[in-house]
Amino acid sequence: MSFQVKMNVEGDTATIRLSGELDGRSAPELNQLVGEAVEQRVGKLVLLLDELTYMSSAGVRCLVFAHQKLPRGSEITLIGTQPEVAETIRLTGFDRSIVMT
Amino acid sequence: MRALEPIDAYPTHRIAGFPVRAGRSLPFGATRVPGGVNFSVYSNHATSISLVLYKAGEPEPMAELPFPEAFRIGGVHSMTVFDLDPEDIEYGYRADGPHEPHRGHRFDTSQVLADPYARMSTGIDPYRHRSRVALDDFDWEGDRSPLLPHEDLVIYELHVRGFTMDPSSGVSAPGTYAGLVEKIPYLRRLGVNCVELMPVFEFDETDNIFTGVNYWGYNPLGFFAPKASYAATGRHHMQVDEFKHMVKELHKAGIEVLLDVVFNHTGEGDERGPSITLKGLDNATYYMLTPDGHYYNFSGTGNTLNCNHPVVRGFVLDCLRYWAAEFHIDGFRFDLAAILGRGADGELLHNPPLLESLAYDPVLRDCKLIAEAWDAAGLYQVGSFPDYFRWSEWNGRYRDTLRRFLKGDLGVTGEMATRLVGSPDMYSRRGTSATVNFITSHDGFTLRDLVSYNHKHNDANGEHNRDGDNNDLSWNCGVEGETDDPGVLSTRGRQTRNALLLLLASRGVPMLLAGDEAGRTQLGNNNAYCHDSPLTWFDWGLVEDNADLFAFVRRVIAFRRAHPVLRSGSPEQVTWHGVRAWAPDWSTHCRLMAAMFDGGGDDCVYVAANSYWEGHTLDLPAPPRGMAWHLFADTAAASPWDAHEPGAEPPLADQSQVEIGPRSVLVLVTHEREDQ
Repeated sequence: MSFQVKMNVEGDTATIRLSGELDGRSAPELNQLVGEAVEQRVGKLVLLLDELTYMSSAGVRCLVFAHQKLPRGSEITLIGTQPEVAETIRLTGFDRSIVMT
Repeated sequence: MRALEPIDAYPTHRIAGFPVRAGRSLPFGATRVPGGVNFSVYSNHATSISLVLYKAGEPEPMAELPFPEAFRIGGVHSMTVFDLDPEDIEYGYRADGPHEPHRGHRFDTSQVLADPYARMSTGIDPYRHRSRVALDDFDWEGDRSPLLPHEDLVIYELHVRGFTMDPSSGVSAPGTYAGLVEKIPYLRRLGVNCVELMPVFEFDETDNIFTGVNYWGYNPLGFFAPKASYAATGRHHMQVDEFKHMVKELHKAGIEVLLDVVFNHTGEGDERGPSITLKGLDNATYYMLTPDGHYYNFSGTGNTLNCNHPVVRGFVLDCLRYWAAEFHIDGFRFDLAAILGRGADGELLHNPPLLESLAYDPVLRDCKLIAEAWDAAGLYQVGSFPDYFRWSEWNGRYRDTLRRFLKGDLGVTGEMATRLVGSPDMYSRRGTSATVNFITSHDGFTLRDLVSYNHKHNDANGEHNRDGDNNDLSWNCGVEGETDDPGVLSTRGRQTRNALLLLLASRGVPMLLAGDEAGRTQLGNNNAYCHDSPLTWFDWGLVEDNADLFAFVRRVIAFRRAHPVLRSGSPEQVTWHGVRAWAPDWSTHCRLMAAMFDGGGDDCVYVAANSYWEGHTLDLPAPPRGMAWHLFADTAAASPWDAHEPGAEPPLADQSQVEIGPRSVLVLVTHEREDQ
């Protein structure tokens, strides 16, 4: 399934809905949206992942990218993370600065 | 500001349908570059090399790209291939050249070879030994090595899989780097500040003709690749991230990470062994060969890496620099390191260039370098390893002396005393950090087995008990193997504590074998390299079953930490005693040794060890500076009085004499007199 990503900014919260496969080819698209969110000075980033079918290690790196781009103290929340993806994120230590629900 | 795009980020050629251009020779291996991946591989004897590309997980290559002659500089072939998704490809090389085994050349174009510089390997995937491109970016969060003084280390030797594989470990990812992270609180509680990981370079864990299992991994095939099957995330190819995360978390806990590295041989065996990587790429360079092209076997495993050849030296240095710089590794223990001092024909070099390069390398400057200073061909260099004031050694003589003293051999008390104070007979020039003291290691009996077996019991290894060391210097305390005889068990418990207490009261760097603090057994197997099973895994139930032993070890480690005089200092700080104070007995029939370590202040410790089967009354030297003797540990006492909490040791009622039990070790410490 091809990758699709949409962002919606309301107040200081940016919500990004992802679907399909997040890998090395699609990651730049997400990173670009994160960059736009940063320009709009959001304090919260919510990633809706329930329609994501696959996340590669390059995809996981987007989370670090987002954490590094957003101002200190910003909150990144992942919603609907597949258990296997959540486990990978945790075991490799990428969960340090995000909230998974 | 937008970064300028590099002008070489565009293809110039098309090979096998892929856009490419001449690559960069350095760094070697496969590296992500803008727009693609740069492949660089070298061989001084190959006539041509092709890059073999696979789509990940596919049985057949998707393309083979011969390196054009114009893409070669010297013996280095390099090419940048564009439009590749590094996560979605696997690769290897096909090398052409002479097949003349008598001259050392074994080129074979039917083989696809693993990249010696591969940062990841498919490991034991269905398609083995394929190389992968690693994503090397990582958020280290300002990680720094603890940079502990060498003599302050308490090393804990463990096997990444065996440490948490047993279901009793209770971790969420058993047998992995991530599983080890979950046990950091345990390591902290125990008090060790350094882990030494048995081999983690990619190896073939089925490489064994007897049991089909090679658990230890002293048969490396991918020197730059963390073992994929030790990563819970290995199937997502995130072993590099998981490994780095483990190092970062250990560092946060103040724990250093040493790797047990094998550069004396590889998993390719001799002429009967497989051609997986170095053998097919440049056999005559990488291996020590006889004049007619056979393999020298100084390692006892079939081949010997030609490690002082200039090319191989560079390879080893590149590898260690990579682990130190990219993985923040704090040091290395070199397996069969005596081989690293041999020349191309196996001759002993007086100034081995490899050892010298490692000693002076700027990237490795702060890394601990520890040699297993012997090899399988009889070269034994404990005390004489070329050290450049930098290398320390696994002190095999410490292990052997302590074992002989423990079981009550006559004539070793004098040597035991020498070992207790850092083996100055061998290391006086280099100080106490030069000796890594140990009683047990992965190689041989566990400590519990050392006091439970007179002989090895290796039948399960499939070699009719012929494998493994025959000189264990062990004593079963009266019954061979498991028993419920309370007298035997009591002696074993005391002998175990004697060993640990002497080890941790000795100057030098102590190394513990994981599980010895909880009474781990391998049922008398002293060469368990070939079992990946509960026999070799850490049974965490033992930590509860033997909570008294664990508590003892924890206190003894804490005591060592509280007393710098036990870790280093001048020989003049140590005075020798016997049944009478100031009167040591070094005669051959004496089995008693007593030493007072005085580092000034209240850093004064009295250690007495009695390997005789009856007790003695010892006259004590007067404690210095008007202080009073307090009892830290007495292995003849029942738990929990076998060791007291450091700082809360009770005073001795009689300050002039103390009883030492049969086969016991006693440790006293000075504190202010309570009546003052």
